[in-house]
Amino acid sequence: MIDWWLILDKVILVVIIFTISLAIAAYSTYGERKVAAFLQDRIGPNRAGPFGLLQPLADGVKFFLKEEITPSSSDKFLFMLGPCIFMMTALMTSAIIPWGKPLYFGDHEFGLQVANLNVGILYILAVVSIGGYGIMIGGWASNNKFSLLGALRASSQMISYELPMGMAIIAVLLMSGSLNIKEIVDQQQGFHWNVFYQPLGFIIFLVCAFAECNRTPFDLPESESELVGGYHTEYSSMKLGLFLFAEYINMFISSAIIACLFFGGYHFPGIDSLNLSPNLASIVSIMVLFAKIFFFIFFFMWVRWTVPRFRYDQLMRLGWKVLIPLSILNVLATGAWLTFVKS
Amino acid sequence: MSLTNRSKVVSKKELNWIEKLYLPAILQGLAITMSHFFKKKATVQYPEQKRYIAPIYRGLHVLKRDEEGRENCTACGLCAVACPAEAITMEAAERKKGEEHLYREEKYAAVYEINMLRCIFCGMCEEACPKDAIYLTDRILPSNYKRNTFIYGKDLLVEGIAPEDRIDINNRKKEFEMET
Repeated sequence: MIDWWLILDKVILVVIIFTISLAIAAYSTYGERKVAAFLQDRIGPNRAGPFGLLQPLADGVKFFLKEEITPSSSDKFLFMLGPCIFMMTALMTSAIIPWGKPLYFGDHEFGLQVANLNVGILYILAVVSIGGYGIMIGGWASNNKFSLLGALRASSQMISYELPMGMAIIAVLLMSGSLNIKEIVDQQQGFHWNVFYQPLGFIIFLVCAFAECNRTPFDLPESESELVGGYHTEYSSMKLGLFLFAEYINMFISSAIIACLFFGGYHFPGIDSLNLSPNLASIVSIMVLFAKIFFFIFFFMWVRWTVPRFRYDQLMRLGWKVLIPLSILNVLATGAWLTFVKS
Repeated sequence: MSLTNRSKVVSKKELNWIEKLYLPAILQGLAITMSHFFKKKATVQYPEQKRYIAPIYRGLHVLKRDEEGRENCTACGLCAVACPAEAITMEAAERKKGEEHLYREEKYAAVYEINMLRCIFCGMCEEACPKDAIYLTDRILPSNYKRNTFIYGKDLLVEGIAPEDRIDINNRKKEFEMET
């Protein structure tokens, strides 16, 4: 017996999340330019529409109208596959994020999570790792030394920083005892946010999230000033658009994951004492989660325009000699605390 | 011995462990950038707002007419001689009968060209001009895609006859007289 209601629910939710992800990615580009401008005493885009709000639309149209160039020496199929994989993995991670409390239509419960996987966190790590292939394949297929250098940098950076990222998550998992993201979020109800119990884990995770998203100070894969454009040097038109777009979606999703793992997801202290009706509580919870997400997106941009880029050896040293030992220490300390103090 | 008190002593001592964390320094940096977020913006919204331009500003040239609308220039060539960039060329012509309302003296410039790509906007031409004919104004040279559009002939240099087409150079003139 197939539960058609469930399938319909999920399809609707997938379409909504897909649209929201793309819209947020589009407006992140606008936000980035505005934040950059404001941090540099400028105003930023303000010509297209009121406050320049139509700027992302203009940029999108421009991307579509640009000539699409495929280098003659490139591998045509892989050249196309690269951005596709990158975009697909960026969008796939949003599947396991619990966006809020369920909505009710009469008796029908509309859950706001596409897939309540019991191995949710492993799923994120797995999908994010595939995203590395998108960059690697794109850089390799371009058949250009700058692209290849960018791709090499990206893949080694992603591998190096996935280790401490995983370790930081393990410490959280030790405390929650579950891999299910919804359960981790629900355990942080009230003000029991993981960031207070795992401050070191949070800092490690945050640094690794910057590295995984290829954001400054870890933007070596595309460092404009030395590698032209890094792995997307040869890309043009909407293929380049996909790469840039996927990066912003990655930023959105990793902000959502930081909010879920460390900042209580859609929970907010005092929200239960208001005695809201279930639907209203659901909407408020969605807004709370998005407020947290937007703060972290802003934080990503804020850091980008503050901290300069690392040198490559510094990047590797930070990853392997500082973050990995620290994260192992964090796991050990958490484990010791759980076994000897708490039990 | 220091001439000013602004010199900063640089110490090369080893970083202590808090400094090695870099996090305090990063937080400091974040505070600095955030303080700029709320500062007054330096942007001038160009086509609507215009920056104050000083009276001594040396912008696009103008060839002046006198009060009756006659061209001042007599094609003496002093500006071309004075020009260090050799941007000015001209061809002189004799005023015919019936052209008295167009040209102030018997000789006038039939062709007067300034190559704006050569011009360095030094103002030597107006200094050399004995007839009050050429002045640099507060207008800005517009950009263009084609190089040959930068050779400005009389059609672009000479001001209009109508009062609203006149180009005001009084500020510049005042400043110029104070200098000399």
